[in-house]
Amino acid sequence: MLTKLNPRSANTKICDAEFPIPFKSGLEYSAPARGTWNIVHTGMLIPEVHEVFVCAASCLRGVVLTAAEMKAQKRFSTIEIRENNLLNGDMEQLITDGVSDIIAHLAKRPPAILLYTSCIHHFVGCDMHIVFDRLAEMFPDIAFTDCYMNPIMRKSGLDPDRLMRRQLYSLLKPRQKIEKSVNIIGNDLPTDESSELTTLLKSGGFSVKDITSCKSYTEYLEMAESTVNIVYYPAAKPAGEYLECKLGQKLLYLPASFNYCEIRRCITALVHEFKLPPFDFNSAEERCENALKRLSGIIGNTPVAIDYTAVYRPFELAKLLSEHGINVTHIYADSISNDDKDAFLYLQKNVPNIILMPTVNVLMRVLPHTSSETVLAIGQKAAYFTGTNNFVNIIEGGGHWGYDGILRLCAEAEDAFLHKKDAKNIIQVKGWGCSCC
Amino acid sequence: MLLKNQTSSIISTYAADVSGVCSALFEMGGMTVMHDASGCNSTYNTHDEPRWYDTDSMVFISALTETEAIMGNDNKLIGDIIDAACQLSPEFIAIAGTPIPMITGTDFSAVARVVEAQTGIPSFGFDTNGMHSYLLGASAAFTAIAEHMVDTDLEKSKNLSVNILGTTPLDFSVNSYLGSVNAWLAAQGFEIIGKWGVGARLCDIRRAKSAHVNLVMSSCGLEAARTLRRRFGTPYVIGIPINGKFSDSLAFALKSAATTGECEKAYHTDGGSDTIIIGEAVAAGCIKDAAYKKYGIKMHVLCPPDTDYEVLPCDSQALGGENITRRILASAKRIIADPLYMPICPETAEFIPLPHEAFSGRIFRESIPDLMKTF
Repeated sequence: MLTKLNPRSANTKICDAEFPIPFKSGLEYSAPARGTWNIVHTGMLIPEVHEVFVCAASCLRGVVLTAAEMKAQKRFSTIEIRENNLLNGDMEQLITDGVSDIIAHLAKRPPAILLYTSCIHHFVGCDMHIVFDRLAEMFPDIAFTDCYMNPIMRKSGLDPDRLMRRQLYSLLKPRQKIEKSVNIIGNDLPTDESSELTTLLKSGGFSVKDITSCKSYTEYLEMAESTVNIVYYPAAKPAGEYLECKLGQKLLYLPASFNYCEIRRCITALVHEFKLPPFDFNSAEERCENALKRLSGIIGNTPVAIDYTAVYRPFELAKLLSEHGINVTHIYADSISNDDKDAFLYLQKNVPNIILMPTVNVLMRVLPHTSSETVLAIGQKAAYFTGTNNFVNIIEGGGHWGYDGILRLCAEAEDAFLHKKDAKNIIQVKGWGCSCC
Repeated sequence: MLLKNQTSSIISTYAADVSGVCSALFEMGGMTVMHDASGCNSTYNTHDEPRWYDTDSMVFISALTETEAIMGNDNKLIGDIIDAACQLSPEFIAIAGTPIPMITGTDFSAVARVVEAQTGIPSFGFDTNGMHSYLLGASAAFTAIAEHMVDTDLEKSKNLSVNILGTTPLDFSVNSYLGSVNAWLAAQGFEIIGKWGVGARLCDIRRAKSAHVNLVMSSCGLEAARTLRRRFGTPYVIGIPINGKFSDSLAFALKSAATTGECEKAYHTDGGSDTIIIGEAVAAGCIKDAAYKKYGIKMHVLCPPDTDYEVLPCDSQALGGENITRRILASAKRIIADPLYMPICPETAEFIPLPHEAFSGRIFRESIPDLMKTF
């Protein structure tokens, strides 16, 4: 039906791209790669809590079906906003009456409720203080906290992703600290047990708590007993800062990186903070070098495409792979983060012909989603846009960290190159790695 | 407790009006823009649009921001639409609203007029606000096409012919059923002029005037049928074919309408039973009739919100929220409904699943029946 356009009409060579926004804004397209988590998936990480969303039907539709696909309907309810609520100014009553009604119908009384309000509440000036005060008075045995589905605020202060990761820990209350207890916070996926982050802490006798492994609400509350919160996902930094202020837990930001120097810095900080035995950096880097060399030998000159949903620092990954002779040809990203700036500048200078592609530009809807040769994709969006079934199916870093993360990614890339996957069916699953898949 | 009919402790919600607009226009070669921040796009193309992965289309969002909404910056929206239209050359442009543009009072008709004046491309604005069901949005979209995109200088076709109106995947999914309907119409001697929904081609739809009769297969297609009747005098018949005798009566009604010019609804059976069916009104009404003809079973029908009164079957009512629905279902002995209604059905009732994409999205798509084969 549509005229197929020249791909060059949407993309730019990395040497010509501007930092941090390389593409003109405009109408936006949404590719059918759905593996990244949304606020429903993330909220469900707190065991036993119930989610209540208050919004218009159009907004409810996406979240209620997310919960249904997770088979988590019993932990999910909605309050539908209608036009009369805006005209009558009875939004606060709608919420308190609605929540009361929902609680009355629940088979099991939850220990806590995540109450998600929407863009509408922001615009009509809904008094959420009154709402939460009333709810606390009516249901003293249930903890309530505010969560947000307000995408219109994505360029105003904390975006919804950061806000959700912060509010995920808002139910924690101050507790007596346990010296040998540490949290990893802000991730949707569990950190690999083999990562240096986990192995080093455990070898030092530390108990590592993570919301992804909490089995009960009680266990979740015990996260308040840790002395330090480790954050490696950039969007979780506000959560760490919030808990540092609220609970006095020290924030240690140790970003997931593909840069040896950065990994050295992070492991050194970890060793220093927790007084752990010295780490053998040279051996670890040698293992990575061997893995990268092996990968390069197996995939040869195969084009490699990377997207921003797979890893936090796609440009850093591209730099690492390029430095080891791997033919990175495309990076799919609509913006470049500050954490990735150095790698971006390196690539501009040293691998200037890498093609930088947007993912939301309208032309991405109509450009051909095929490749004339085998492409190895890292990430679901890269797989979709290149039309390859040879892809590494990870989102949000896949729980990888440190040198171990590089080793794992090399192994996954090798496997993806050698074995095709069913991209169409896999990438349309929402919230990859959550309880529904 | 004045407001509790707006709560759902466990069941789903129907696709919203803005998704209805997108779904109706999806295959017609136009560009549809949802004036929204972010969520409506992924909701639509994940849960409401089974054609998203494989079928070309131009459905986008405006990516509205807080600042643009507060400052009332419609020029950004207009400029972005024109920019995209210049690159993509759509046959028409549709601009649909969501909750925040309703609050800020965006004048979609005016935006569409400006876009049309500057691009020369027919443009329509839809005052959807995300607070009504898909039925209203899809109906408004089909009606705009009927009003503005149909050629007026055509004669009726030589052969007996029909337009199929209102077949979005929200009501019919993408299984073999619509293909079965096409084959059935052909077997009845009808040439199909235009398919308004799945399989739509704008070049065919432009020829809608040449059809002898319109087949309204869902509530979404009714207002377009009325428009085509007003503009061209074309009669319409409301109904969907179902395997068995019911289809014979529908075929008779179509041929009769083509001859007499009189409109008709193909389902008439009255209710009064402890069997309840929940579904889109036309489909549910036809299933009700067909079940009575085949099995002697009568049914009470519950329809999604915003259903047009003309398509309501006898003994039917609009759904009124989870609490009311739960009370109505409490006394039923047999319930035919989407599986996501099951949690509020009494355990004593026999539950017969009839998945409805407009309610449960893609979850039960594989088990949506082809009613021309399975009934």
